[in-house]
Amino acid sequence: MTDQALAPGSVTSIVPDDGGMPRGRRPRGVGIGRVGWGVAGVAAVVAVWELYKLLGPADGVTVGGDGSAGSGVILLPRTHDRAMPHMWDMVARMFAPTSGGDTPPLIVSVLEAAGTTLGLAALGWVIGVVVGGILGIVMQRWRLVEWGLLPWIVVSQIVPLIAFAPVVNALGNQIDRAGVFPWPQWFSVALIASYLAFFPVAIGMLRGLEAPDALHLDLFHAGAAGWWSTLIHLRLPAAVPHLLPALRLAAASAVVGAVVAEVSIGLRGGIGRMLIQLAGQASSDPAAPWAPTFGTVAIGLVAAAGVALIGATLHRFRRGEEIR
Amino acid sequence: MTAPAVHAAGVGKVFPSTGGEVTALTGVDLDVAAGEFVSLIGPSGCGKSTLLRLIADLDTPSAGDLAIFGKAARQARIDQDYGIAFQQAGLLPWRTVAANIALPLELHRWSRARRDARVAELAELVGLSEFVGRYPDQLSGGMQQRVAIARSLAASPQLLLMDEPFGALDEMTRERLQTELARIAAETGAAVVFVTHSIPEAVFLSRPGRPRDEALRESPEYFTRVTAVREALHGAPLQRANER
Repeated sequence: MTDQALAPGSVTSIVPDDGGMPRGRRPRGVGIGRVGWGVAGVAAVVAVWELYKLLGPADGVTVGGDGSAGSGVILLPRTHDRAMPHMWDMVARMFAPTSGGDTPPLIVSVLEAAGTTLGLAALGWVIGVVVGGILGIVMQRWRLVEWGLLPWIVVSQIVPLIAFAPVVNALGNQIDRAGVFPWPQWFSVALIASYLAFFPVAIGMLRGLEAPDALHLDLFHAGAAGWWSTLIHLRLPAAVPHLLPALRLAAASAVVGAVVAEVSIGLRGGIGRMLIQLAGQASSDPAAPWAPTFGTVAIGLVAAAGVALIGATLHRFRRGEEIR
Repeated sequence: MTAPAVHAAGVGKVFPSTGGEVTALTGVDLDVAAGEFVSLIGPSGCGKSTLLRLIADLDTPSAGDLAIFGKAARQARIDQDYGIAFQQAGLLPWRTVAANIALPLELHRWSRARRDARVAELAELVGLSEFVGRYPDQLSGGMQQRVAIARSLAASPQLLLMDEPFGALDEMTRERLQTELARIAAETGAAVVFVTHSIPEAVFLSRPGRPRDEALRESPEYFTRVTAVREALHGAPLQRANER
């Protein structure tokens, strides 16, 4: 990594008056540009939506239908207000009462539900990161464990979540009822979220721990460093650049897992349940399901931001990325 | 009389490989006295790095006896009897210069105060006192290599193992670091086993009983020695083992 041959004849900065500091870091101050692009992206989506709604046929274009509802292959989606409400209607609906009368504005209900789901996803993420991290370390430590465990870890992700969630829920209910230990339903959701989250962390951790150069390993060996101090001082720090993308993936997976698990086991209070409920009423209130949809997007963004924050605190361990 | 820094008798190394066994070293006899500066020179693939790795207990010999200060190589490694530097500086990018120099001390659980004092001393020794707070990516190749040398000296070893430490540097930096290494070796009284494929470098560094300074580079005796070594190497070509 670090060393580079210098050009023939160049004088290196052994002498203090040299001052030639090579390899600057990426320029800062791109924040505003990024926000600008983000806003432009959202604006573009809004523009495309409204433009298609304006120009597209109200009943869409279907091929091979026999006239009954839902038959045929949809080539172009319908654009009437029930199928594609205006953006401004979606926004207006957020500030209208949740279910008429004195109920709080929809956005408040969405934020509450989003908070609940975010909490479950976060708990799932933490469990997933801990379990995945330990699995990664154990697999790196014992090659035999890697051979034995890795295929199962990969296979575990093939099991469809929608089939797996009720099993976890039923298991939890039994444990709860048998009085082994209390197992609230929300814990099943967090556990299912962690089931998706642990996978990228286990893989990222394993690859990251194997990332150090042979040279660095020799150096630690020469210094008579044991497995533990090599882990703490070399392998874990070197794993950070591999771990951060894994943590980001895990966060996204945890959010998806939490939402799907809520839907699958019917947990009340979260955004998954709300999404299903409002979608069921969409024919009479078409703008409403969009509020929890945006809420889900917001959860994802908050989760991604949380991981970005972790990445920022670990900046020191990512210097290698810049000079590699 | 103290035990020699390195004592090797009939040391051999054979690497198993898919196409049969590869013999890297056979029958190496070598004695390095305490405080002596010995260069291992030869073409690439002649096994000089392998010998160094055996001395460092990064590999184990297939034959022969090897003793470091009268101990088994493994024990010497555990006791941190030697410091080591490679062609690549091999600094940890997430550690500052000071923390990189302190690494061997940290691994051996020195107290913070002792560590800080020793790091300040070493940074002074290699002329990097102003840069202790920098990260490796903010240093030139030559500066990084000085940090690596300071790190190899951290635990005050009586034996330094260096595997082409200046091989990746430009000629100017290289000469300056050679002079400095000669000075440091003399100051610390450590024995040095220095792997290189540069004849002038080996001649300059391994001159017993003479000050190794810039004047030496210009002396007729230096050129005579370079010629002598070159003739010795070319006249009796080394049995060239396969490249590892």
